[in-house]
Amino acid sequence: MVKLKVNRKDYAVDVSPDTPLLWVLRETLGLTGTKFGCGMALCGACTVHLDGEAVRSCVTPVLRAAGKEVTTIEGLSHDLSHPLQRAWIAEDVPQCGYCQSGQIMAAAVLLRENPNPADAEIDDAMSGNICRCGTYQRIRRAIHLAARMKATGGIR
Amino acid sequence: MSEIFNVNRRDFIKTGVAVGGGLMLGFYLPRIGQPARRAEQSTSPFAPNAFVRIGTDDSVTVIVNHSEMGQGVYTALPMLVAEELDADWTQVRVEAAPVDPAYNHTQFGIQVTGGSTSTWSEWERLRKAGATARAMLIAAAAETWKVDPASCRAENGHVFHTASRRRLSYGHLADKASSMTPPQNVALKDPKDFKLIGKPAKRLDTPEKINGKGLFGLDVKVPGMLTAVVARPPVFGAKVKSFNADRAKAVPGVLRIVEIDRGVVVVADGYWPALKGREALETVWDESPLSGLDSRTQRDQYAELARQPGAVARKEGDVAAAMGRAAKKLEAVYELPYLAHATMEPLNCVADVRPDGCDVWTGTQLQTVDRAAAAQAAGLKPEQVKVHTMLLGGGFGRRAVVDSHFVREAVETSKAVKAPVKVIWTREDDIRGGYYRPMSHHSISAGLDAAGNLTAWQHRIVCQSFIVGTPFEAFIVKDGVDETAVEGAKDLPYRIPNLLVDWQKAPVGVPTLWWRSVGHSHTAFVVESFLDEVAHAAGKDSYEFRRALLVGNPRHKAVLEFAAEKAGWGKPLPQGRGRGLAVHESFGSFVAQVAEVSVTKDGQLKIHRVVCAIDCGPTVNPDTIHAQMEGGVVFGLTAALYGEITFEKGRVKQRNFHDYPMLRMNEMPVVETHIVPSVEKMGGVGETGVPPVAPALANAIFPLTGKRIRRLPIRAEDLRKA
Ligand code: FES
Ligand code: FES
Repeated sequence: MVKLKVNRKDYAVDVSPDTPLLWVLRETLGLTGTKFGCGMALCGACTVHLDGEAVRSCVTPVLRAAGKEVTTIEGLSHDLSHPLQRAWIAEDVPQCGYCQSGQIMAAAVLLRENPNPADAEIDDAMSGNICRCGTYQRIRRAIHLAARMKATGGIR
Repeated sequence: MSEIFNVNRRDFIKTGVAVGGGLMLGFYLPRIGQPARRAEQSTSPFAPNAFVRIGTDDSVTVIVNHSEMGQGVYTALPMLVAEELDADWTQVRVEAAPVDPAYNHTQFGIQVTGGSTSTWSEWERLRKAGATARAMLIAAAAETWKVDPASCRAENGHVFHTASRRRLSYGHLADKASSMTPPQNVALKDPKDFKLIGKPAKRLDTPEKINGKGLFGLDVKVPGMLTAVVARPPVFGAKVKSFNADRAKAVPGVLRIVEIDRGVVVVADGYWPALKGREALETVWDESPLSGLDSRTQRDQYAELARQPGAVARKEGDVAAAMGRAAKKLEAVYELPYLAHATMEPLNCVADVRPDGCDVWTGTQLQTVDRAAAAQAAGLKPEQVKVHTMLLGGGFGRRAVVDSHFVREAVETSKAVKAPVKVIWTREDDIRGGYYRPMSHHSISAGLDAAGNLTAWQHRIVCQSFIVGTPFEAFIVKDGVDETAVEGAKDLPYRIPNLLVDWQKAPVGVPTLWWRSVGHSHTAFVVESFLDEVAHAAGKDSYEFRRALLVGNPRHKAVLEFAAEKAGWGKPLPQGRGRGLAVHESFGSFVAQVAEVSVTKDGQLKIHRVVCAIDCGPTVNPDTIHAQMEGGVVFGLTAALYGEITFEKGRVKQRNFHDYPMLRMNEMPVVETHIVPSVEKMGGVGETGVPPVAPALANAIFPLTGKRIRRLPIRAEDLRKA
């Protein structure tokens, strides 16, 4: 049994300890918002927060998450109220949408560390996340917008 | 999917005959007023046709028969219904259509998403569906109020009777409306009265794509479902020789090993055990005729094939004679590789086969064909199979496979283990799994007269066909020429008196497929790059040279002029920067792009900006057009910079995103899109942004390095000064 805390809820899961956190989230806990894209830490689709840090859950053995706080896209907000989600809607970022959970989870860490990132800093933080549909320009705009929303306390 | 269907559209409509595969083509319009076939599943009382349901809670559900794979059909198509329905846009919901003739493509006669056709092909039908519903709601209100329907009007989800200042919401009227007689002929709005169409609308599917709730095929879970991965042949066509089922079954969680036509399936209680089981399987494969395939020798083989004349796709004048008279002759060879689609969501399918029925959940672009294949594999009738179309994590043509292999293998496995099964492709399976954009070789030459006029053009294309031998052959292969191989080359828009385009079918067994923009994905690169070479040889500006040759093609010319102006063509650039342009028609739309790049001394390329001008006729959701241009540019640049699938000893060398890279955020240029106002025929937008970007890029690099790029992807040596 591995003890996990995901989106502020406690779980005990009976899986082999080398199982990547990604598959425990998706298959055992039914949290399918976190996506599988490559399984090799190359695309970022599986990005979640582990004690507030962005990790690639496809290469994170579930044991590494034991006793830590895991946050997934489902735990970012209950009502799309997170500034990034609002900005994503305002800029109409997603196309197929498959990469977007990972993009948003990566951007969330960026904005916490750097409340007003410049383009180059966005590039640095976000280059690990592939978007095959090519929504990068909008992601960049949405991150700037979310930064402004956070700074001003939110523009609806 | 492909323009092929566009090319043959008229024939489809004209003949309306059965395709080889037994698929009925031609129009199927549900009888007006016939209740939706899904009405029994609906709690909504008012379902005037197959495409719209209105609930007593005022909700308006639009049933969409085209798959949402990022291109925005779950917004653009509901806009068509909502416009004529005068619906309250905030009440509009989307539901994926089941497989039913009512939902067949208006042009292709089967349920399919592709060829950048979704919006224009539904332009009339969905507006009529909305207008019919609206007329019935008005009739219901008029009867309630005992007034003349003509004295009522509809707006924003309500019917109003202005004289008596009364109004009722659609939800209130839903019950009664269903007992109204549907009108036989409804008038559609004058475009000047459009409230939604032509104005940017926020996508309806954004919220579910940013909170983890949207369900893609890979996210489906049904009770009792098992998870499987397939040990797939290392060489296409290789058959299983042996495997160690016991060793695989010793992995905790592995439940069953099933041999199917396409490999050995490891069925487990989750992905991870299935994957570990596959590693333990020790599968041994027979060799196949493709075991000797090597990309280097294949290039030579194609070059050899290019020496022989091919099947003629277009012929004007007498090229040989004109070449003989030419004052200057140019010859070049262009080569493009196989490409994998690499949809962000790897392929997957859930199937649940029972003795009396079968359910399939997947992201597919080809429902009718998949249903038939699933039925065949399950030993059932097509009517016994339900296909649930999920969100597609990218399609690009990869999810429209004529052999339905990714559906079939899930069905076969579920049948064998008598339980619902989800088959997951790993990224490696996906990249190595074939169905590639065909590799191609182009031998191209041009002749100029003494005044620098282009008098002769000869273009020979060598590539495989993924159409010959399929039920689509009768429609797409004309006089021995596969349209998907030559589109974009045979319809060259430039006025050249002597012109010959022919095609040599390469006899190679690598599975190939339509890949976003299909034939245009290689032909546009070749013709637009080579034309630049010719302009340069003639001592002319590439923009002016094209303009002069575009007589009689005003839509090409307009986008070219638009893009050139917006990009500042001819204006001085900062030191070290270059500009290149290309213009191309595909899928009924016209796109010109200007790329602005720089290359450092040590060969570092930076793409600063891509300016796009598009004429796609009347627009539905302009924001989607912008998004598709942005995405098309990224897709095309990814291929130009990185895309290449190669073979060694019959094995695909690439595995995952480390050796099949994608453009990333730090490489993203500014993409500027300008929609050229147009009342011409509506075209598509999903694919049309892809073709011009590679030649625009190569043409921008040339003035900086002095080197022509004639082979993709671009290599490091291409970026060093000549
Ligand atoms: S799935 Fe984890 S980085 Fe790609
Ligand atoms: S939106 Fe499709 S991969 Fe990013």
